[in-house]
Parts: sequence; structure tokens; C-alpha cells
Amino acid sequence: MSRIGKIARRTFLIGSVAVVGGVAFGAWFVGRPAPNPLQPKDGEAAFNPFVMIDDKQITLFAPRAEMGQGVETTWAALIAEELDVTLDQVTVLHGPAAKAYYNSAMVGEGLPGKGYDNSEFSHWVGDKLGHLGKLFDLQLTGGSTSMKDGFERMREAGASARETLKEAAAKRLGVKRADLKTEKGAVIAPDGSRIAYTELAAEAAGLDPVTADLRDPGEWTLIGQNQPRTDIVAKTTGTATYGVDVRLPGMKFASVRMNPRLGAPMNGFDASAAHTMPGVEKVIDLGTGVAVVATNTWLAMQALEAIKFDWGEAPYPSETDAVFDTIARAFDDKPNSTMRDDGDVSVLPEGATEVTADYSLPYLAHATMEPMTATALLEEGKLTVWAPNQAPTIIAMKCADAAGLETDQVEVNTTYLGGGFGRRTEVDYAVYATRVAAEMPGTPVQVTWSREEDMTHDFYRPGAMARMRGAVKDGKAVLLDGKVAAQSCTFQAMTRITGLGGGGPDKVHVEGAFNQPYAIPNYRMAGHLAQLDVPVGFWRSVGNSFNGFFMESFIDEMAIAANRDPLEFRIELAEAEWAPAAGVLKAVAEMSDWKARKRPGRGLGVAMIYSFGTPVAEVIEVEEQDGMIRLTNAWIACDMGIALDPRNVEAQMFSGMVYGLSAAMFGEITFADGMVEQQNFPDYEALRIHTMPKVEVRVLETQDHLGGAGEPGTPPAAPALANAIFDLTGKRARRLPLMHDFNLFV
Amino acid sequence: MSKTLTINGKTHTVDLPGDVPLLWVLRDEVGLTGTKFGCGVAACGACTVQIDGEAVRSCQVPLEDVWGEVTTIEGHGTPDALSALQEAWITHQVAQCGYCQSGQIMQAAALLAQTPRPTDAQIDEAMSGNLCRCGTYPRIRAAIHDAANRMEG
Ligand code: FES
Ligand code: FES
Repeated sequence: MSRIGKIARRTFLIGSVAVVGGVAFGAWFVGRPAPNPLQPKDGEAAFNPFVMIDDKQITLFAPRAEMGQGVETTWAALIAEELDVTLDQVTVLHGPAAKAYYNSAMVGEGLPGKGYDNSEFSHWVGDKLGHLGKLFDLQLTGGSTSMKDGFERMREAGASARETLKEAAAKRLGVKRADLKTEKGAVIAPDGSRIAYTELAAEAAGLDPVTADLRDPGEWTLIGQNQPRTDIVAKTTGTATYGVDVRLPGMKFASVRMNPRLGAPMNGFDASAAHTMPGVEKVIDLGTGVAVVATNTWLAMQALEAIKFDWGEAPYPSETDAVFDTIARAFDDKPNSTMRDDGDVSVLPEGATEVTADYSLPYLAHATMEPMTATALLEEGKLTVWAPNQAPTIIAMKCADAAGLETDQVEVNTTYLGGGFGRRTEVDYAVYATRVAAEMPGTPVQVTWSREEDMTHDFYRPGAMARMRGAVKDGKAVLLDGKVAAQSCTFQAMTRITGLGGGGPDKVHVEGAFNQPYAIPNYRMAGHLAQLDVPVGFWRSVGNSFNGFFMESFIDEMAIAANRDPLEFRIELAEAEWAPAAGVLKAVAEMSDWKARKRPGRGLGVAMIYSFGTPVAEVIEVEEQDGMIRLTNAWIACDMGIALDPRNVEAQMFSGMVYGLSAAMFGEITFADGMVEQQNFPDYEALRIHTMPKVEVRVLETQDHLGGAGEPGTPPAAPALANAIFDLTGKRARRLPLMHDFNLFV
Repeated sequence: MSKTLTINGKTHTVDLPGDVPLLWVLRDEVGLTGTKFGCGVAACGACTVQIDGEAVRSCQVPLEDVWGEVTTIEGHGTPDALSALQEAWITHQVAQCGYCQSGQIMQAAALLAQTPRPTDAQIDEAMSGNLCRCGTYPRIRAAIHDAANRMEG
């Protein structure tokens, strides 16, 4: 291990560079530094990524998409913890698309293990493989990876900056660096006098960067504490700039209408009426649809309404039933993966009772609050894109292609995101904006989709089916044999990004099913890939969103078949496999007062799912009121290992739960004549304030690893609700959304 | 048509077809981008502003029908002069992606103006048209109750 350790140490570089009146610090991995992303402005030297100090201010860079999850604040806090600044002393910026901002945790997630049983060593290997993220230039926000990714890198950047500033002060004062302290953005001299970092910036710029050991968790003052969000004032006063808020001199507004038969060509269109409409400046043929450029967004949308289109045929079955027939046929094919195959599921253990159930879940839209949008400006040899996005380096690559430029001729500005949920890892909206801008060189154009366009042109959460077979004996689950069928969003997305399809077993397709921390001696999970061209993508919690429902609905069915309390049944199974999973279950049992709460007219359901490194248990309570089923209370417990910002973790947990509950109750995308039927929020309802249950969150920190927060709250929501409804009505929900089979309060 | 609007106490004259919704006049013509577009069909509340103190969906009000003084989030309070409601919103760290929050705040402000101490049921009634895909509802409710306390002093 020692030799490998040395290499690892050498490959870790801290850089510092002079900038006008100041200094910049960053951390780079993998031998050679990635090209410096922050382009020097006139007279400025190039500087590197994470901390920049000049004579006026301290700027921190958090190059991850801020879509509500609080990454901007937490990344800034990680730097500030070592740098010794308070968050109100600094400005936090996203920064440009850059290789140096690759996601080191993302590729590590691709390793084959179950996750919760990883040894220290395999976690370490995961980190090393994570460097492939850089090789793929993946500056991606997703997979709940930001904290794992930034946890060490950001603190190291802060520590190096601090020690280098101290070195500059030591030189100035003629004392030893070790005799100096730092506090609130200043170096404290032995006599107690203070020199602000901003005053030392120019001197620090001339020094070799100093590395330092990271502080002991016991010394942390920011990490582990609730931080006021750095974006909170802007988002409370309407002054935060989202994608739709970009305003540039001379900017035009546009909208698009693409073939509602997704991926199909356009045979023709008649825009004669549109051309004469007020404000219309240009109608652009995009091949598979049309853009209208106008003086305001609404006039552009109105003109699109007036265009007659002749759309080509969909490359997938045109009706929902036929789409699901295709998914079901995948069960007949050889499985793509069997990621778990413990014991022997072929024989029913002596004296055991067999349980079987089939489930079916719909396609789902992301429905971010801000519809898809991007702004682009093409000038001589240069493209500038402003986009709320989760993947700036992919945008740079794809928009360069669309404009006939090289990637380094593209500047990507990432605005705040009005929700992401995975939708904005795709880049279609930015490519359309680029193609429109390419028709109007020198004029910036903002392309904003209507809600209808957004809902009917998503990369959907795949529809999914499961065939579950299990067995119980003496009050325990002794066998679980599951088969899951769905399209592969991983392979489809890889094809879109790289042009090459994926191969090998798709772990994401079965995550939440094969890797659950339950001690079931005979446990097999097979994934069957449905071959279909419906566009699918990453939807908050991805495979866990459907597999979690299959697993935790079926575990509930097994508990009932075993004549057991569903919560105790789970605690026993989890306890024998991984203590933190049992811990979150025990926590919700206590929080909800599970046993004592039961009464006629009330149903309680539980689900626990381990995803993105975090076990989360949820209990949902429903009551029958005036013949309708109403959600009354919810309890969530998660185990983060370390909760970097507990109040933010709490927000992510209930946010994730709401997203899952909304889909469970109302969410479905269906097809007719090859087109998505749902158009706008009235067809795709979500939880609202009056249907939202009261919610209580408990954040535990018992496990050894840092878990993700943005997604793990979602998967348990749907099965916990379905199990609660079973408890209330005695009827199992084996398909979603629930509104079709139950009278829900809306 | 040419029409003069009073928005946040200032007058603006715009020359546009009379059916252009107020939302787009604010965002694309006047340059007040705090008011958001979410659905265009009165289903989400992201576009909520006040006309003479009444909360309205600006995506549903054609320019020609604007009947009074318009207040947007920019007129409700600013980073340097936060309203009591915005202070409560910040104390409770309500916003996540934040996209719906301008509309939530303008709706809540109208509620508190009419009902200084709203019950949970009154909050449900007033706020149910304002969608939040991030699910910030528990904190919205807490912030409204808190603001009611602050405003009573
Ligand atoms: S945009 Fe007006 S209610 Fe949604
Ligand atoms: S905070 Fe994101 S939609 Fe409400």
C-alpha cells in the first residue's frame, strides 16, 4: 500500500498563481494539471480554480450546478473551514466549464459492488478510478456525488490557500509561519495584530503554494453546522439569475416546436401565417422542428401555434400498451445483468411459503419548475452559451459541434437552475439555442420552451416492470428472486454523449434492487433491458426510483405473508446485514410511534432504501377523510455518515420525498399516436401545500462513509405510501400512479 | 397598443399587442425578471404578482386588461430593504432551487395583508395554487406563521 500511497500523494497538486492584485489557489489531480479554466482578462495572469483573493475580495468557486440542493453553500463551507473565512466574507461563483472541475466521485459510483459493504480499500480504489471522471472531462452534477467529490478537494484547496497566506505574512513580519494564526479572513500576528487576506494577496502570489494537513473533525466550526445558504437572499428577492433571466443588449426571444413523435423527422411545415404575426422576426427550420425568433417569448410561442406541421412517424410503438408489451417481452431475453445471486433461488426452502407479485410503473417527466431554456450568441469564431445545466463540459462539446467550432471556442456560463432533477444533464436545449443563434450571428437569442414543449420532449424516467418471487418461513424472508425490465437510461445517455452505445451489465438499471442491505440467504436480481427508442434519462434517484418501489412493496407483501409487522420484519433483515440500515428503520419506528399510532381509519406504511451511499427509511401515514385518502404525516430518517450541513440535508430529504410522492400519486407519461399525452401541470399534478403531509426528519451519522443527499429521499416515498394505503384499505398498489386505483384527496 | 403601466411605483409605457400577458410584458419588455414563467395556464403560480394588492397570475392578465398598480417581487422588498415576510423566508431557509419563490412570496404577502394571522387551513386555501417542485411547503408554512408574528410586532 505504501508505494501506491506515495504515487497518490505525488499526483495530487496544489497550485497557486498570480492574478492582478492577488492570488488564486486550486487543487488538481492526476499528474498533470488540467488546463486552467479561468481565462485571463486583459493584463491578468491565468489562475486556477477554487479560491481567488485580490486586494478587494475573496472569491470561492463552486463549479457544480446549484439546482436547489445547496451545493454552492456546502462547497463554499468546505473551503472556508480550512481557509478560516466566514461565508458572509466571500463571494461564491460557479465558474466556467472546465476539465479541472471534473467530478471525481462519479466514476467511482460505477464500480460493481453493492456499496454499503465496501471496505476502506475498495472505497479508495473507487476514489482512484474516480479520476477517470477527469479523463472523461465529466464536469457533471448528478448521482448525489457532489459532497463525496468535494469533501477533500475543497478542504485541501482552502488549507493550501491559508498556509500560503500565512507564509506571505511570515515573510512580511519576519516571523515563523508556525507562530501565526488565522481567523475570519485575516492572519493574526504574534502580537495580536491582524493582516487581512486581501492585503496579503499580492505577496502570496509570488510564493510556492504550501500544502497542509487537513484539520481534525473535532476542530471544525462550519462543517456539520447549519449554514445560511449563500443563494438565499437572491432567491428570496427575485434577484437570482436563472436561465430564463439572462438579458443581453440586443437580445431576441425565441421558442421551439419539435416533433412530438420523439426522435422522428419533420416532413414539412407551413409557416405563412406565422410570418405575418406581430413581433415575429425569423422562422428557422431545425429539421425535426421549427424555431420562431420574435421580440418577446410569448409572441414567439403564439407564432409557433400558428404553424401547420407534418410530423414523421415515431420510432417506437405509438400507444402506451404496445410500449409496455415491448418492455414485458424483455423478460424472455437473457438478462443483461445478474448483479446479485446469493444462495440458490431455484428451490423453495422446505416448509416455506411462496409469494409472487408483478408490478408495473409508468414513464415519468422531470417537470422542473423552470422550463428548458438556453441563450446563445455566435460571434466570429466564438460561441457563448448561458444555460441552467448540470453538464457544462458536455454542453461545450455538443454546442461546438452544432456551431462548427472547436470546444475551446465555446464559453459556457452556468446560471442558477430552476430545478434539475437529472433533466439538465442532457444538453438538447443548449444545442437548439446554438442552432438558432447560428442563424443570427452577432445577435444573442434566448430560446425558452413552453411548458407543453418541456413536458412532451423530456428524457423520461423509463417505464419499468418487475416479476418478483419470494418465500417466507418462520416469520422471515428466506428467498427473493426478482426480475426487472426497462429501457437502459445509462446506455441511451452514453450513446447521446459519446456516439457509442454502452455495453456490459448496467448496474444503474438494477440499483435499489440488487444492492439492498437485507440478509436474505437466497437472493437473486436480474435486469432485462427493453429495446425501445423512447428517449429516457436520469430522473432523481434513477434506477432506485422504480427498483425501490418493486423491492419495498414486495418486502411488505412478504412481511404480511409471514404474518409479521412490516417494520419489525425489515429491522430483523437489515440488522443481520448492515447496522446503519436497521438504525434508520428503528429511528422512524420511534419517531412515528409506529405501534401506538395504529387505529381504525388510519394506515401506516414504511419503506427503507439504500441509495447513493445513504440508507433512508420513511414512514407515511394516511387517513380516510370524507371517503378520500389523505396524507397526514411523514417521518424520515437517513444516515449520512457525516452530515456536512444538517439543515440542508433535512431539506433535501423532504424535497426528495415530495418528488417521489408526487410521482406515486399523480405522475405518468403515456403515449397516443406516438405523442406524449400529458401537456402541462393539470395533466401532471404534484403535491401541493394542502396535500403535503407534516414531516419530521432525523439525520443520523453512524455509518463510516459520506452519503449523498439530493436523491436518496426519493425512492422510499412511493413504496411507503403504497404500503400505508394497503394498511388502510387492504388493497395492494401494484401499479402507479395511485390516483387510478384509489380515491386520493387532491 | 400603447399602454402606460404603474409597476412598483414607476410608470412604464409599452407598445405591444393588447393580448400579450402581463407576465411577458414584465419579463421581456420592462426587464423585471423576478416574476417567473412556469406553465402559462394558471396552474403553477410562479408568475404571481399583485394588482392593487390582489394576487393575480400575470400569465392570465392581458396587457389591455391591467386595471391597477402592479407590484412585483422587485417592488415587494430588495436585498437591502427586505420585507418582514422575506426576512422570515430567509430565517427558515425556504428556497431550494428558488424558482417558484417569487410567486410564493407575492401570494403569501397578499394573504397576510388580508388575514394577518392565517390558520393552517387559510394558508392551504391561499397557497394551494402555488406549485413548488422542490417541495419546500413545510418551510413556506413555517415562514408565513413566523412573518405573521413579526408583522404583529
Ligand atoms: S406561469 Fe402563470 S400560473 Fe404558471
Ligand atoms: S424552490 Fe424549487 S420549485 Fe420551489
